[in-house]
Amino acid sequence: MLSRSIKEVSLAFREGRISPTELCKKCLDRIKKTRHLNAYITVTEELALRQAQQAEARLLKGVPKGPLDGIPFAVKDNFCTENVRTTCASRMLIDYTPPYNATVVQKLLDQGAVLVGKTNMDEFAMGSGSVDGLFGPVRNPWSYAAPYRERTGASPDSDWVISGGSSGGSAAAVASLTSYLALGSDTGGSTRNPGALCGVVALKPTYGLVSRHGLIPLVNSMDVPGIVTRTVSDAAMVLGILQGRDLRDSTTVPTPSPFTELPEDFDVRNIRVGIPKEYHAPGLTAETRAHWSRVADWFERAGARVEQVSLPHTQHSIVCYHVLCCAEVASNMARFDGLEYGHRSRTDSSTDAMYASSRHEGFNDVVRRRILCGNYFLLKKNYQHYFVKAQKVRRLIADDFRRVFAAGVDVLLTPTTLGDAARYHDFTQEDNRARSAQEDVFTQSANMAGLPAVCVPTALSRRGLPIGLQLIGPAFRDRELLGVARCMERSVGFPSIGDCERSGASGDETGLTQTEQTSVA
Amino acid sequence: MSVDALEEDQKSVNLPTGYWTYTVDNLKWKKQLTAVPEPVDLLSYSLSLSLMCLSSPQQLVGVVGLEVHAQINSNTKLFSSSPARFSAPPNSLVSFFDASLPGTLPVLNKQCVEAAVMTGLALNCTINKKSLFDRKHYFYADLPAGYQITQQRRPIAVDGVLSYSLLGGKTRNQVIRKRVHIKQIQLEQDSGKSLHDDARSQTLIDLNRAGVGLMELVMEPDMSCGEEAAAAVRELQLILQALGTCQGNMSEGQLRVDANVSVHRPGEPLGVRTEVKNINSARYLARAIDYEIQRQIEVLQNGGTVHNETRAYDSKSGETIPMRDKEGLQDYRFMPEPNLPPLIVYEDDASLPTGIDACQTVVVQKIKEALPELPGVKRDRLVQTYGILPEHSFTLLNEDGLVEYFEALLKATKKEPRKVIGWVTNDLLGHLKRHDMSVSQSPISAAALAELLELQEAGRISSSVAKQVFQDMWRSPGKTAPQIIQEQDLGLVSDAEHLCSACRASLQVHAIKNGNTKVLNKLMGLVKKATKGRADPVMVRAILQEKISR
Repeated sequence: MLSRSIKEVSLAFREGRISPTELCKKCLDRIKKTRHLNAYITVTEELALRQAQQAEARLLKGVPKGPLDGIPFAVKDNFCTENVRTTCASRMLIDYTPPYNATVVQKLLDQGAVLVGKTNMDEFAMGSGSVDGLFGPVRNPWSYAAPYRERTGASPDSDWVISGGSSGGSAAAVASLTSYLALGSDTGGSTRNPGALCGVVALKPTYGLVSRHGLIPLVNSMDVPGIVTRTVSDAAMVLGILQGRDLRDSTTVPTPSPFTELPEDFDVRNIRVGIPKEYHAPGLTAETRAHWSRVADWFERAGARVEQVSLPHTQHSIVCYHVLCCAEVASNMARFDGLEYGHRSRTDSSTDAMYASSRHEGFNDVVRRRILCGNYFLLKKNYQHYFVKAQKVRRLIADDFRRVFAAGVDVLLTPTTLGDAARYHDFTQEDNRARSAQEDVFTQSANMAGLPAVCVPTALSRRGLPIGLQLIGPAFRDRELLGVARCMERSVGFPSIGDCERSGASGDETGLTQTEQTSVA
Repeated sequence: MSVDALEEDQKSVNLPTGYWTYTVDNLKWKKQLTAVPEPVDLLSYSLSLSLMCLSSPQQLVGVVGLEVHAQINSNTKLFSSSPARFSAPPNSLVSFFDASLPGTLPVLNKQCVEAAVMTGLALNCTINKKSLFDRKHYFYADLPAGYQITQQRRPIAVDGVLSYSLLGGKTRNQVIRKRVHIKQIQLEQDSGKSLHDDARSQTLIDLNRAGVGLMELVMEPDMSCGEEAAAAVRELQLILQALGTCQGNMSEGQLRVDANVSVHRPGEPLGVRTEVKNINSARYLARAIDYEIQRQIEVLQNGGTVHNETRAYDSKSGETIPMRDKEGLQDYRFMPEPNLPPLIVYEDDASLPTGIDACQTVVVQKIKEALPELPGVKRDRLVQTYGILPEHSFTLLNEDGLVEYFEALLKATKKEPRKVIGWVTNDLLGHLKRHDMSVSQSPISAAALAELLELQEAGRISSSVAKQVFQDMWRSPGKTAPQIIQEQDLGLVSDAEHLCSACRASLQVHAIKNGNTKVLNKLMGLVKKATKGRADPVMVRAILQEKISR
């Protein structure tokens, strides 16, 4: 039951094959068993059981709230949850308990979904590996699955691979079968990247379609709540619930059309699939490239028109993103001064000294570095040269996509990441800045342009690790995008981790030690 | 507007009976305490400074621009739904957004936008159909987000004019009209308040004010002295109050004025300016500016240089002193506010895009139609309609509720407006000022005063008795004029015999030559005195004339 989709579980609830309480206990139990993955920062066991009981009562009365009633879900620890600690994996917010729920969290709770915990991440979502958070790195569940172990002969305890990031905890939670749905955030690929590396469906909706209220921001103009599920249909269903105008987020727009089920008879023969030539980036592994062309071929065979397109400004995306991201980070992080909430240093010689040491102690190197850069870019003498220029380039990048879609292309097919997941020890050889620049290469331009994009697990690599491909669609055509994604999902036949997994014995043993290590990190 | 606010309001703009002023004496300033017998309004008090505004080509003269922060009179804050109220318990009006809790986002308050548009229209501004919000960064304890949301790049209104007037001339009855250009009006957030407890080296923060909507009005350096600046601010205050977009009370900080002051020789480029802050009344504004102009002149004349700095006005010493000058070095690192789409206002209903929710839109034309009568127009109307003097119209407008009182009074009496105005601007207003009261607190209502004036007009009491009755009415609220007249037997004496004997008596005091009419007035005074002002003057005059000419 744990490896099923939301739709299947929802049906099982209604048919009485399993109860929400039973399922919740199973998930909580599995969270304990997979603690070595470090996917969760906080597990809300009591709350989850209480919610599950309420869902169960509704189901017994025959009045469930909807398809999510009783479904366990997890939330990245940068979405505010009322009375549940929300840390952003930072010392700054280590004891912070918000007094309100993010709109997306509230919408899921209103549907009767059961919150099992808050997931691990890079500090303040700054990273692409989920290795730079206060609570330590997230391990990719596929590190412990049979394919990786058998094909590489690796020992998961020393050779484990990263989950990707920054929403690595959310992707790992769904991939390790501890929850059916997780919310991530996606600013430059932070949901799709771990989605690809952990073999789950990861959707970044169109900017403005889903409320950001209650999402602790990284880059306001690019942040979008992301949806992590096991199937495209589940992602579509959740998007239908989350989308829509929120009066608390002025950048949201009314839903273009009420979201219904994805049509069963979606026909790829009528569509045009663009292959951006610039996405043949240096560093793209041969294996990922091969899967990319295999799927492109499949589209062609299925009757779609597959054509090469050009997004000429893609190459400038990374540096432009760096400027805009740092600038907004510098601004958004200014509120963390230790006065109203958050970490406050013991230094009290002056207000300024207290600010300085609170911020120094509260933020990690990555955050501090971006703040420093961002403030530099925003200085009066630099503003035109960096920020304004980056915004202009951003416009060009968005125009690239617009041109391609205006020419009749329905969807772009691209890799999500350069290759499969790296071993933690290899990944951490380089610093966060360099890694982010490499890892975000295929994902961040969709954020620059505000476009919907979804990562669909495609295949297991030779090392037995997931490879995902990305589909990018025109703004507010999320539903059509998901329609194409589901066709692709059906064609590729990606295996379930449940089928690939052996007993998690070795994981359990290391679980405790890992927790001890990370809690002092 | 609450009564409390009104009362405070007047304290801020009207002077007590004694006040500080400066006079020019060989370019050296002296402070002198001048006793003022009658209450005065801002216009007349500041005229003692008018020398400052005169300039000759060789002399250094002041150049003054103003930055005015007007707190928007709205139900809720600029970007949150917390009430925008004053004197509430500390931190009782603070939403999650106001405390800048992570994850909260600004939601623009339509009422604040309408207030800014209305103010812009009243000041003849161009309303930008599209304006933008920016973040201005600085760390301060009462700025919880670490930045203020403001409109740096493209404000809601630009390029306006404020017309104001000064009373000049020897008798202060000459209306001098002036104009100051309004560069822009921008919407922005107010900050919270910090209280520093030095004894315990603590800082206390109150965020009730944090996020309240402000209109920052930038006035071009078109003024030349404190008097002009004070008059411009006073006019602005009246306009804002007429519009209802700001309560305009300076002492409560609803209207905050910073002055940019420099000096130069006419025709030459402007000098280095200083910014003078911490001014909480129009009176202090005039003084601070004039002090600063004089200080700069002295600095330059002594061969020094004026530094671009921020100075605080110390109302106790009457001086401006340099503030810890971090401000000047600060780089605010402006950037666009990413959480607010551009603010769009529409010219009229026809320009609304289809499908847009009309409740969510701001339409300039509708606001234009709802503009109330502005003070300048009202003054002209009063002068034209009632034939009163321009300076009276200023006095009427300067006091909240006085125009209404005056007009209500006129409706209830047949007395000519020109005869009524003195009762209002001298007798009533004088009493109000002496007791530090507002028009709405007056113990004598317009109807009650009208009743008194009617009695006088009908010849039932003399004018001197009328003044006396007025005093009694003030002292015993609720008592009507007829009651007082009856109780004290103050009715006009028109009994011929009685008056004849009084006249005879006066003639005995003052022996006169036949036909000497020059003493007539003197005799009338004696009769008036003898009858305690109750004698019918027309009859007395007739009797006396007849007796003299005999």
